[in-house]
Amino acid sequence: MTFEQVVFFLLAATAAFSSVMMILQRNPVNSALYLILNFFCLGGLYLTLNAQFIAMVQVLVYAGAIMVLFLFVIMLLNLGDDKRLREHLGIRTYAGIGFSVALVLELLCIFVFHSQNSAVRQSGNAVEMGTVEYIGKVLFTKFLFPFEVTSLLLLAAIVGAVILAKKKVTE
Amino acid sequence: MFSYVGFIVLFPLLGFLVLGLFGARMKSEKLIGIIGSSTVVLSFLLGASIFAEMLSLPVSARSHIVKQFSWIAAGNFSVDFAFQVDQLSILMTLIVTGVGSLIHIYSIGYMHGDKGFWRFFTYLNLFIVAMLTLVLADNFLVMFVGWEGVGLCSYLLIGFWYDKNFEKGTTGDAAKKAFIVNRIGDFGFLLGMFLIFATFGSLNFDTVFSAATVFTRGDTTITWIALLLFVGATGKSAQIPLYVWLPDAMAGPTPVSALIHAATMVTAGIYMVARSSILFALSPVAMDVVAIIGALTALYAATIGLVQNDIKKVLAYSTISQLGYMFLGLGVGAFAAGLFHVMTHAFFKALLFLGSGSVIHAMHEEQDIQKMGGLKKYMPTTYLTFLIAAIAISGIPPFAGFFSKDEILWKAFSDGSPLLWCVGALGAGLTAFYMFRLVSLTFEGSPRFDEHHLHPHEAPKTMTIPLIVLAGLSIIGGFIGIPESLGGGNRFEQFLSPVFAAADSKMLLPYHDVTATEYILMAVSVAIAAAGIYFARKIYLERTEIAGQTANRFPGIYKLLLNKYFVDEIYDASVVTPIEKGSEKLLWKRIDVGLIDGLINFTAKGTEYASQFFRRVETGVVQSYAIAFVAGILFILGWLIAR
Amino acid sequence: MIPLNFYLILSAFMFCVGVLGVLVRRNAIIVFMSIELMLNSVNLSLIAFASFLGDPTGQMLVFFVMTVAAAEAAVGLAIVIALFRNKQTVNIDEINILKW
Repeated sequence: MTFEQVVFFLLAATAAFSSVMMILQRNPVNSALYLILNFFCLGGLYLTLNAQFIAMVQVLVYAGAIMVLFLFVIMLLNLGDDKRLREHLGIRTYAGIGFSVALVLELLCIFVFHSQNSAVRQSGNAVEMGTVEYIGKVLFTKFLFPFEVTSLLLLAAIVGAVILAKKKVTE
Repeated sequence: MFSYVGFIVLFPLLGFLVLGLFGARMKSEKLIGIIGSSTVVLSFLLGASIFAEMLSLPVSARSHIVKQFSWIAAGNFSVDFAFQVDQLSILMTLIVTGVGSLIHIYSIGYMHGDKGFWRFFTYLNLFIVAMLTLVLADNFLVMFVGWEGVGLCSYLLIGFWYDKNFEKGTTGDAAKKAFIVNRIGDFGFLLGMFLIFATFGSLNFDTVFSAATVFTRGDTTITWIALLLFVGATGKSAQIPLYVWLPDAMAGPTPVSALIHAATMVTAGIYMVARSSILFALSPVAMDVVAIIGALTALYAATIGLVQNDIKKVLAYSTISQLGYMFLGLGVGAFAAGLFHVMTHAFFKALLFLGSGSVIHAMHEEQDIQKMGGLKKYMPTTYLTFLIAAIAISGIPPFAGFFSKDEILWKAFSDGSPLLWCVGALGAGLTAFYMFRLVSLTFEGSPRFDEHHLHPHEAPKTMTIPLIVLAGLSIIGGFIGIPESLGGGNRFEQFLSPVFAAADSKMLLPYHDVTATEYILMAVSVAIAAAGIYFARKIYLERTEIAGQTANRFPGIYKLLLNKYFVDEIYDASVVTPIEKGSEKLLWKRIDVGLIDGLINFTAKGTEYASQFFRRVETGVVQSYAIAFVAGILFILGWLIAR
Repeated sequence: MIPLNFYLILSAFMFCVGVLGVLVRRNAIIVFMSIELMLNSVNLSLIAFASFLGDPTGQMLVFFVMTVAAAEAAVGLAIVIALFRNKQTVNIDEINILKW
């Protein structure tokens, strides 16, 4: 077992474990914390894939900003262990579980039976690809238009979020 | 001259349009009457001039076709609106316009004071247009247009006094009966036309008739065509079994009965059979059917006419009977004889009807002859002309009816069978009897009405002059058809023979020399007629109690004849009522309301139930929708895997 | 050397866990987090392909996905707040006004 493999399996197992734990928690704060753990593991996995920039951005944006936002909202809503938050085990639950399991099995089926000739070695320029310099070069030449449009998207999101969450001003 | 034949139809058409559009506003009856009558007179004059020109041409050049416009051109099927002027059609044109113009003039006096005066002349002119289209057509389709047109005008004119009661219903019921019974006949005519088109590929007379000559005698298709066409003829010309409308048609004004139901429209069937003579000649079966039905109808209608008490009803049954004679003539191959009787019958039957109209007017709308009598001293002109017509119809020489009826009877004996002659002769005897019963009861004897309250007076000049003209024609009209046996050349038959040449050659009738048999039969028929007249006068003028006694001794037969053999009731029970009740109970209630409406309601209900069922999909909870998404993804993935 | 398939299997697994969370949990916040999980699994898959195929497009897509996910999380949570203010609950079973 090389160092890479050990790291990979460790990170993968933690990611899988934390994702499962996330959906099973009753307290949303616990779910959020498990999700943060998941994101860190994913960041590590990106590093094994030589995507340094993305790994950093993942930790910064997801774990640092989005999850903080989630935690803020959870705290703001002050959700206790209400009776009203009790899960209801109805047919929907079983259907959901059934379908999800089926989905997993189908996807695994694809990977086991239908993927021949899949790549085993990372490409040659993978290391170079992940650097900030390279990504910056590609971002501002080939992907300039989506980059600019994204700024509009963020503007819309800001405006939307502010308006939706605003307290109604009553005279 | 021939190219102007379109104007013959155009003049009455203009009359119809002018009177129809402006007639209601015209205040002067005289103006309306003059417009209405002059169009027909003009048509008659134009027809007469064409006839004169035709006589000056050699026989082979006498038939002309004048195209008015191209009507239908659809693929293989093309029909032109064209008029065929030949001997047969010009003869019919002259009869229609000649007698028609006399009746128009008569109507000016008869319909005086009627609030629908303008409407009457409008319809009459329209009728003349349709009838002329019928006789002048050069193909079956245009003839059918005229056929339907006269049926329509008959309906309009029978129901002219639309708010008047008539027997068990209204005049509208009588008009509907005429139209519907005619429709049944028209259905046969239509089927015949379809068959003609399928067999010959065209509806044009020239094309069809010249193509027919190659068929063998007795061909089944031709037989069917002839029989179907004859069904149409029985409808229009009131033969068994479709005659039932004509007695009811007497609900209309008397000039209508004279024009339409005596002289012209009812002869349309005879014209049609005569025009299609080659088709009938090719089918012995059809000819036999025509002759037998003609003879039967002649006798049958005469028996009914014996006991009727309404003056117009007697004349109606007389018309049916005489039409039977015409068909008898056609059926044994004597086409010219049949048409000769058409012409003479037009003269004296129109005269009889117009005379009866004069009587009805004088008696203030009374039509029951049992309440008349002794009118000859009040209305001498009417009496005299009526008497002349009665003598003519009874077949007493030298009046017109003798020559035409005798020609038919002789041909029935020699080319048909002695049995047909017997039936015809018996009918002739009955004809003489009931006609003179009518004359005696109406005009002669002593008045059976209250002379102090009712003052009958002679008709005005506009009514009596046509009577006189028609009487003259009834006297001399037969002279153009004097047979060889009596020294004449039978100019009438010779004039028409080119039209029937093809039929004659197919029938191969043996040539009959003038023999003693013909004279004997002639004498016998005159004797029968004279006997009929004698007995009628004896019974009804001197020994009137015999009539009552005979009626009481044979009450069953009397009742049967008086009620016209209950044929109307039989038809009503077997045909009319089942159709009415069946339509109401079955077709309307069960099928239309129950089935078709039910089907639509069922579809709507089904949609309602289905939507009640399916609306539960909308749970309002997002996750159930998400489950549906996932199910779809699973399905697609599965399909991709399985591929 | 880790073959590509391993990354893809992990991505698939995380995705299905996310789907399970969306379908089963009633709490709206948990549902949102499951959605974020699904997005991340797809990110992993994209980066893996980018690395193994030598195409930077994958990493660019991840870049934009992250941006969009951030925006979406912001707006979505704003909606949850607004919803909570009206109905005093985040149990999505009770938000069923569009029910038949």
